[in-house]
Amino acid sequence: MGRRRNLPIVALAMAVIAVQLLTAAAGKPQYLTQLTMAGYYSLVIVGLTLLMGYTGQISLGHAGFFAIGGYTSGLLTTYNLHPLIGQIPVSILQACGLLVSGKDLYGADLLVVRPWAACVVALLVTIGIAYLVGKPVLKLKGHYLAMATLGFGTIVYKVVLGSSLVGAADGISDIPAFPLFAGLVVTGKSALRAQNYYVAWGLVLGAMALLTNLIRSRVGRALRAIHGAEDAANAMGVDTGRYKLQMFVLSAALAALGGVFLTHYNGGIGPSEASVMKSVRYVAIVAVGGMANLWGALFMGVLLNFLSLRGSFGSYDDAVFGLILLAIMLFAPDGLLRAEFARRLPGLRRGQKAAP
Amino acid sequence: MSLLVVKDLCKRFGGLQAVDNVSFAVASGSIKALIGPNGAGKTTLFNLIFGALLPDSGQVWFDGKQTDGWKPHQVAAAGMARTFQHIRLFPKMSALDNIAVGRHVHSRAGFLASMLGLPWTRREQRAVREKALEIMRFLGVEELADGEATSLAYGQQRIVELGRALACEPKLLLLDEPAAGLNMRETSEMAKLIARIRDTGVTVLLVEHDMTLVMNISDEVLVLSYGEKIADDKPLAIQKHPEVIKVYLGEDDA
Repeated sequence: MGRRRNLPIVALAMAVIAVQLLTAAAGKPQYLTQLTMAGYYSLVIVGLTLLMGYTGQISLGHAGFFAIGGYTSGLLTTYNLHPLIGQIPVSILQACGLLVSGKDLYGADLLVVRPWAACVVALLVTIGIAYLVGKPVLKLKGHYLAMATLGFGTIVYKVVLGSSLVGAADGISDIPAFPLFAGLVVTGKSALRAQNYYVAWGLVLGAMALLTNLIRSRVGRALRAIHGAEDAANAMGVDTGRYKLQMFVLSAALAALGGVFLTHYNGGIGPSEASVMKSVRYVAIVAVGGMANLWGALFMGVLLNFLSLRGSFGSYDDAVFGLILLAIMLFAPDGLLRAEFARRLPGLRRGQKAAP
Repeated sequence: MSLLVVKDLCKRFGGLQAVDNVSFAVASGSIKALIGPNGAGKTTLFNLIFGALLPDSGQVWFDGKQTDGWKPHQVAAAGMARTFQHIRLFPKMSALDNIAVGRHVHSRAGFLASMLGLPWTRREQRAVREKALEIMRFLGVEELADGEATSLAYGQQRIVELGRALACEPKLLLLDEPAAGLNMRETSEMAKLIARIRDTGVTVLLVEHDMTLVMNISDEVLVLSYGEKIADDKPLAIQKHPEVIKVYLGEDDA
């Protein structure tokens, strides 16, 4: 039974390997770059799928969490503490081994936070903000929740766009590579392209394994119950407020993780990552993937992000995602893949059950 | 011994005194019915007892604890379960999964343990499924387990909702119009079922308009009119109670 539960994860792992081998065989290794980036965006999407599709709580602010993660890690790993050497807080950080020194492009001395430490801080900051935002906001329902999260996303966008500490409209650049372990480094260097592809998709695989476990569990059932009839779930003993908040924080943490890794991979981050259009894009992908369909959302997320990053939509990029959202809401509010599946599944399910 | 004690409960909605200084008790192991004309405040009283509404004043004591001011999930954890006047099943979930949600207070896997798929969470899941199936067998509807709950026939949905409440293994079961929308045969089956549930040791408080059902199975009947208690007695005495007759048949003004 345990083996059968893990079958989709194993299939995904094999697909990941197959794609890498295919790009190598076809002499198109540059595709791996967009696939790596799409992998990091997928972390936002699978978390949002659980929040929206399963728990029924919309968020138009998840680009904000992605950006908080990326910006925090980017700022900490580029902000030069060298002039502050000798001051007590810096000495303490140094003594704990949390800082790393180097030279900038012009040979000047640099002292910045180690990427590992920056990543942990970025995740903790995001979790803290998600908790503080989610606690009051998740008491709202439907349109009101959508508007409140939209407000949060707008604040994050305006803050990063307006503050010179994080480069205002230019964002942060020259963000260093992120050495993980065993020689693995998150970096955009083309020599390490395949390695980085596997790092990104290893994270996606890990997230999918955890989340597929979650939706099959007691918690997953409670989340779906909240979606279907919140008052009845509450009457059955589900602490609905707490579950919604935990799911919101978990999805924000996944978004931030994607943000941290993509920022180090790209070596920079700009305000467009925090824009409301990015949040709308994530929501559109969850919708087109089937709302409560983790695998559908992952597939559509990779496909659409890949095409978008390859420039297939040209200057109509945002318009395409807006159109997708509009069309889904009009013609298949339960999501495209779900509608398609629902028509075919009864036959398939019966077929499965007949087998022992 | 009383499992539930309600003392001087009041609730006002704007200019309407929905529940007006109501006090009563439900004896452990008994069936008590709550009747009254539409708008008498029966469902409001249910919501006050379950924590879905906060009382303006008064107290609710359940199983020796003062529970007014508690949230519904806390009341549920203390051993109370309910059904709804308008069926509130979880859509897009099977009947079995609906009933399994009722096992929430008797299981404990949280986010982290569930995500990691720890072995004990899987054992717990199997136990939840088995208990849910056992309840479906008790109710005689195990063949509906895999059907989508909200696509079932109306009478079956009522039974599944009852099963979901039973899955909480409550000490006190609150049933809000369990026979609403059921035909005569289904209603008499529902009455038998409620009596069987009481026989397993569950105390029942129910709101119902079907007088045959109320008079047949209740140990005591409480009558509300315009938010006020007008009678609280054995079924036979209630049927002869002049106030009750007046409320139900109207005053003879002519």
